[in-house]
Amino acid sequence: MSVSVHINSIEKKFEKVEALKKLSLNIEEGELFGFIGPDGSGKTTLFRLITSLLIPDGGNIKVGELDSETDFREIRKITGYMPGRFSLYHDLSVEENLNFYASIFNTTLKKNYHLIKDVYEQIEPFKKRKAGALSGGMKQKLALSCALIHKPELLILDEPTTGVDAVSRKEFWELLKKMQKTGITILVSTPYMDEASLCDRVALMQKGSLLALDSPENIVKKYDGDLWQLSSSNMHTIIADLSEVGSGIKNIFRFGEKVHITSNGLNLEEVKSVITEELKSKGHNNIIVEAAKPQIEDCFLDLMEEN
Amino acid sequence: MWAFIKKEFFHIFRDIRSMVILFGMPIAQVLLFGFAITTDIKDVNIAILDNSKDNITMELSNKLVSSGYFILNDNLKSNDQIEAAFKRGDIKEVVIFENDFAKKLKKEGKANVQLILDASEPNTANMISAYTSGIINTYSLELMKKSFKMPVSIITDTKMLYNPELKSVYMFVPGVITIILMLVSAMMTSISITREKEVGTMEAILVSPLRPIQIILGKVAPYVILSFINLIVILLLAKFVFAMPMYGSLILLLLESILFIVMALALGILISAISKSQQQAMMLSMFGLLLPTILLSGFIFPIENMPLPLQWVSHIMPSKWFIIILKNIMLKGVGMAYFWKETLILFLMTTFFIVMSVKKFKLRLE
Repeated sequence: MSVSVHINSIEKKFEKVEALKKLSLNIEEGELFGFIGPDGSGKTTLFRLITSLLIPDGGNIKVGELDSETDFREIRKITGYMPGRFSLYHDLSVEENLNFYASIFNTTLKKNYHLIKDVYEQIEPFKKRKAGALSGGMKQKLALSCALIHKPELLILDEPTTGVDAVSRKEFWELLKKMQKTGITILVSTPYMDEASLCDRVALMQKGSLLALDSPENIVKKYDGDLWQLSSSNMHTIIADLSEVGSGIKNIFRFGEKVHITSNGLNLEEVKSVITEELKSKGHNNIIVEAAKPQIEDCFLDLMEEN
Repeated sequence: MWAFIKKEFFHIFRDIRSMVILFGMPIAQVLLFGFAITTDIKDVNIAILDNSKDNITMELSNKLVSSGYFILNDNLKSNDQIEAAFKRGDIKEVVIFENDFAKKLKKEGKANVQLILDASEPNTANMISAYTSGIINTYSLELMKKSFKMPVSIITDTKMLYNPELKSVYMFVPGVITIILMLVSAMMTSISITREKEVGTMEAILVSPLRPIQIILGKVAPYVILSFINLIVILLLAKFVFAMPMYGSLILLLLESILFIVMALALGILISAISKSQQQAMMLSMFGLLLPTILLSGFIFPIENMPLPLQWVSHIMPSKWFIIILKNIMLKGVGMAYFWKETLILFLMTTFFIVMSVKKFKLRLE
C-alpha cells in the first residue's frame, strides 16, 4: 500500500521568480524522503505541485501511474497532506477537528482509529480541548493525525517540525519511522539540516534546483576537504573575530557549541598557529582547535557555498 | 456535507463577533431605523409670540399644540425674548403672529405668520416648519369654509415639503431587510471562506476529494438558514414593535427573500474568490455591496432625484429591485403580476452570480 513519485523536469514560475527550475527526481515506494533547504528554495511549491494544488509550467509529476494534472481527484484520495501552517480549526476541539477531516475523506474516526492510534494516543487526553489552545508539539501531532485519518498511500509533510520544541521534534521523527513501517511513502521537508540524517534519502534544494540527492551516509562520504572545529573562552565574539583572520580560512559557521571552519589546503598545525595567534590577540583563552568529522550539515553548507 | 455544515455552525456559535453581527445587528438596525433615525416628529417644544391675541390666533395656537407634534413651552411677550428662548436650548421653533391678525384677515383676506427655527439640525428644522405650515394651511382652509365664506390666506414663509402622514418606519423596514440579508449572506460567507484561506485550512480541504459544489454548499448552507431566521425576526419586530402592516402574501415574501439570499450568497462566494484576506473581503463587501445598497437602492435617497448616471448605476443594484418587490408585497399588497419584471431581473442576476462564483471557485491554489 504505497506509491512511488516521479518528478520529471518540473518547472514553475511565479511572475518573474523561478520557483522550480527543471527539477527531476524519483521517490521509491515506501521511502522516507527528505527535502532540505532554506526558505524560498521551492520545497513548498514542489509539494503543492505533487498534491495538484498548483499546475506546473513545464514537465510532469506522476504519483504511481497517476498524472498530477489529469488524475488529480484520484491523487487526492490517496494522499495525506499536512500544509506548512498546521491547517487546524482553532475554534474546534481536537476531536471535532479529527472528525471533520475524517468526514471530508468519507471515513470516520472510529473506522480508522487503528491507523492513527500511535499518534492520537498522545493527544487523546486533551480531545475536548480547542486546537488553538494546544502546544506546538500537540498541534503537530493532531495535524498528522488529520493527515493520516483516511489511510493515505502517500504522506506529504511540509515543514512539520518548524516551530516545535526539540523533544517533540524527536518524538515526531520516531512516529514517522513507525508510519513508514506500515508501508506509506513519506515526503517530508524541513529547514533543519540535522533532521536530514533521519531520512532514507535526502534532496538538498536551493533556489529551485537540486544541489545533492543521496542517502545521508553517502552525502557525508562524498565530503572532500578538511574540517576543523574550535572553541574558546569567548564564544560570543568568536565568529566576528575569526572573520578577520583572512588568509587560508574559507568558511566559518557555528555548529552547536563549537565553530566549524574549512580552509584552503592548510594542515592542522598551520590552522592552529594562524588561529591561536589571532584569537589570543583578541583576548580569547582556552583555544582548542582539532580535526572534526564532517556531519551532514557541513556537507550541505559546503555544497551551498559552492553554488 | 453534513459534517461541513456542522463545522460551520460551530465556527459561528463559538465566535462572539459573528454572533453579534448575526443576531444583534438585525435587531439593533431595525430598532435604530425605527426609533432613533426616524424622520417623524413628535412632541417638539415650541414658543409662541402672539402680538395680536385675538380669537383666531388663540384658536390657531390651540390647533398647533393639540396636534400632538408640538408642546407649548413658553408664551413670549416681545421680540427681544426670542433669542433668549432659543439660547436656553429647549425650544426648536417660535411661531410669531403679527399685530391685528384677525382684523387683517377680515379686511385684506390675508395675514402673516413668521416661523423662526433652530436650524442647527437642518433636517429637523425643515420638518418642523413643514408640519407647522401644514397645520396652519389646514386651519386657513377651515376658516374659509366656516366663517368667512370668502378666500382668505394666512401666509407662512415655508412650503409643505412632504406628506405629514408618511411614517418612515414603513419605508425603512424593507430597506433594513435588504441590508441585513446582504450583510449576513454576502459579507459573512465571504469572510468565512477567506478565513479558511488565510488560516491555511482551505489548503487541507482542497486536497480532499470534495467537489467545489460540495465545499460551497457546505460553507453557505448555514448562512441561508441564519439569514432566513433573521428575516423572520425583522418581520416580527416590524409587526409587533412598529405595527407595520403586511398586506400581501407572506409566502411570496419569503420566496422572494430566498431568491435574494441566494443571490447575496453567490456574491459572497465571488468576493471570497477574488480577495486574498479577510480584511480585503470585508472591505469589498462593505464598499462594494453595503454602501451601494444603502445609498443607491432607493432605501434612503429616492432614485428619481439622483443624477441620471447614478440612476443607471442603481439599475444594476440587485437590492433596488428587491426593495421594490418588498414594498409592493408589504405596503401595497399586490401579487406577482405587479412585480414579475423585478423578480425576473433578480432571478437573472442570481443565475449570473452563481455561474460566476462556481467558475471562479478553484480547486487549486491559483
